Amino acid sequence: MTSIAVRLEACAKTFADGTRALHPVDLEFRPGEKVAILGPSGCGKTTTLRIIAGLEMPDAGGRVWFAGEDVTALPVEKRNVGMVFQNYALFPNMTVAENVAYGLKIRGAGRSEREQRVMKMLEMMRIRELAERRIDQLSGGQRQRVALARALAVSPRVLLLDEPLTALDAKLRDSLRIEIDALLRGLDVLAIYVTHDQAEAMALGDRIIVMSQGRVAQAGTPREIYHHPANRFVAEFVGTLNRVPGRIAGDQIETPGGRLPWPRGGSGTVEVFFRPESVTLADGGGQLAGTVTSHFFLGDRTRLVIDLGGHPIIVETVARREFRNGEAVRLDVDPATLFTLS
Amino acid sequence: MTALTVARPGLRHPATAGAQRRETFTLVAMMAPAAIVFAAFFLLPLVQLFIIGAGGKDGVAAYGRILTDPRYVTSLAVTVALSTNVTVATLIVAGIAGVFLTRHRFPGHALLTSLLTLPLAFPGVVVGFMVIMLAGRQGLIGDIAQRITGEKLVFAYSMAGLFMGYVYFSIPRVILTVMAAAEKLDPKLEEAARTLGAGTWQVVRDVILPGLKPALLSAGAICFATAMGAFGTAFTLATRINVLPMAIYTEFTLQANIAAAAALSFVLGAVTWAALVVARTAAGSSVAAAG
Amino acid sequence: MRRPGFYLQLAFTLLVCAFLIVPVFMSILAGLTHNYFLGVASGLTFEWVAKVWELYAETIYRSIGIALACLAVTLVLGVPAAYVLAKRQTALTRAIEELLVMPVAVPGLATALALIVTFGGFRDLRTSALFILIGHVLFTLPFMVRSVLAVMSSIDLKTLEESAATLGASFVQRFFSVVLPNCRSGILAGALMVVTLSIGEFNMTWLLHTPLTKTLPVGLADSYASMRLEIGSAYTLVFFLMIVPLLIALQAVSTPRRKKPLPQEAAPGTAP
Repeated sequence: MTSIAVRLEACAKTFADGTRALHPVDLEFRPGEKVAILGPSGCGKTTTLRIIAGLEMPDAGGRVWFAGEDVTALPVEKRNVGMVFQNYALFPNMTVAENVAYGLKIRGAGRSEREQRVMKMLEMMRIRELAERRIDQLSGGQRQRVALARALAVSPRVLLLDEPLTALDAKLRDSLRIEIDALLRGLDVLAIYVTHDQAEAMALGDRIIVMSQGRVAQAGTPREIYHHPANRFVAEFVGTLNRVPGRIAGDQIETPGGRLPWPRGGSGTVEVFFRPESVTLADGGGQLAGTVTSHFFLGDRTRLVIDLGGHPIIVETVARREFRNGEAVRLDVDPATLFTLS
Repeated sequence: MTALTVARPGLRHPATAGAQRRETFTLVAMMAPAAIVFAAFFLLPLVQLFIIGAGGKDGVAAYGRILTDPRYVTSLAVTVALSTNVTVATLIVAGIAGVFLTRHRFPGHALLTSLLTLPLAFPGVVVGFMVIMLAGRQGLIGDIAQRITGEKLVFAYSMAGLFMGYVYFSIPRVILTVMAAAEKLDPKLEEAARTLGAGTWQVVRDVILPGLKPALLSAGAICFATAMGAFGTAFTLATRINVLPMAIYTEFTLQANIAAAAALSFVLGAVTWAALVVARTAAGSSVAAAG
Repeated sequence: MRRPGFYLQLAFTLLVCAFLIVPVFMSILAGLTHNYFLGVASGLTFEWVAKVWELYAETIYRSIGIALACLAVTLVLGVPAAYVLAKRQTALTRAIEELLVMPVAVPGLATALALIVTFGGFRDLRTSALFILIGHVLFTLPFMVRSVLAVMSSIDLKTLEESAATLGASFVQRFFSVVLPNCRSGILAGALMVVTLSIGEFNMTWLLHTPLTKTLPVGLADSYASMRLEIGSAYTLVFFLMIVPLLIALQAVSTPRRKKPLPQEAAPGTAP
């Protein structure tokens, strides 16, 4: 597979009824990269994917580049993209093998070449024995594999996946996520996933583009997005976030639960944020004091909701002990993980 | 100098306009054959028919005269009365059989269902012949009556025969509609009514009938429209009953009064069409009718 | 143990069934009986069927020919039209859909009359079977369109087409390799309906036919009016032989096949 770069330049999308699905965005995708476009429904992520595929045209002025070639006016069937649809869109009138062979047949590939390629794809997806099955005889996970095999069979210039795992149940989703990740990492193809599931985005993407209301909220590696969210939307959409008001006093910050070290200077009142896993229960001492208001035993850990002077925060602990509502606890927060948002 | 890319959101991309125009063109081209045939051989002739209907000595008033000329008024009244009776009778008969077949499974169920819906597309002429078989001069009912009372009962060529024929060709279609609707009735509603102490008759009145109402309205309207326009059965029975389609036929062939035939056709078409509009609004289901 | 109401209703339903089916068997029997007035005792015979063939074979061939031509025309006109109606749902397409159904709502007699007053002057057309074919196409087209449209609306045509497009298929390729095959059941049901209705159409055909373009139902009416009962019955028997298989096939097609249960989901991490 020859991997290419894809670039969107000032691509906006306004639908016939006047709704603006996408404000002008510029996006760049590098060859071989795996990128996840993450966001809530209606954020413009699917529209972005469909513009890349050629299923939607950007508004005037927008351009789509495939490796230096302006493909904006090129219809979808000439773009040589591979796409996995949300509900897979497998052709019910064809067998599994015929589905996978379809794109090759359209391209005029000979019979033996087709058969070879189909077998190779089915083997890669580990569904060789399903070749002659009809689509309605397949389970959801099997359909997913067929859809991926079909999209990859034509050696696409870019692979587009629209919520590829959403239709599956949770357990299957986890195992397929690992498998797809391993598979695509072995292929030198630019893959762009659209998903509303942050765990999926983090697992699959080298890079994540978070979108909100038709605009790019932040683009970066999963770590950047998680640890250094650029704005409140990203911070709240990705992962769980605790927020408490504070007042900076020198190298400390005063919060309703007590004082925290604050190495970053500044002054005045701020909102300070931290993730649940940055908090540890202190045996004695501890920076903050709070009261347990509810507790959920999750098996491997316990999730606590702790009241810090009227502000609830979420804390996760692996401590193997029982908690009682109303119990007083002391907490430490890793000062390096504290951040504020403008 | 390179042209700067300026985003103009909200404006359609020139290529989009082209692609959309191509798609619209394709769709128009695909609709065109059907539309042309339909316009040339249906809409245009109907307009022509209307003009001819108004082309007699009375002009457009011909349409009004139909409603005053006693001959035509009688014909219209007879047809409407017959169709109404047929509709009510068919709804009762097919309603009972349809609900029964939906709610019970027993050996032979599938066969019984397909036998009951088999005459669905029998043409009116054949239905007429079936009536002759039952109630004609050598008919089964006549034979049985003769054996019992000593007197042969022949009513195929009367109003009763016509009524019988119309019920015959309406039953299969109404049964199908009733069965489709009864299938969708939630059996829990009936169970709920029973737990509240409702007896069989109260369940029928308060749960089953209201649930089937849209289907019955729709099927009834279709049944009425079909009975209004039915010609083959009346023709085969060579009845002297002057139902509207026979009146049209007589005006056209025997009297060569094309204007009157055209005007009557329009009145008939309007009545059946109105009945079918009722059907559509009642159930939104597809309209089916047979020859 | 079933309640008495069950048997009462069963008896009623069987009675209704008898009302519909007994005359069918009687006419079949009459068509095979030497002299129906004397009853079956007079002996069974094929002489009346042979007589029908001698007198009316031509009408049978003509009806089959018209039905097949009607099928071809409604396929060519109706399937693309249904596709457009499924693809674009605007006020215009809804109006077209309504209009297309009108020939079913308007009595056949009126449609035939309209055709005659408009095109009756063209002698060659008026005297050819083509004139009848036009009437049949108008009457059966809505059934083809509706049947295909029903299937098209029940599948996610848009996504299937998009998926074919991403794999490189042009519009024509998509239409023939994805759209049509996935509408097979609707096309088949529509086709059976069209052929069945065309073979049995009488209301329009009676006015549209000429002595040289008689169809089967026209012949039937003719035989009922002017031939002895046995010939009419034998002719009806021939008609049943043609139309009953079509009706049974139609029932088989329109009864939805029960879906097979999905195989168990693959265990996580293993190839299914």
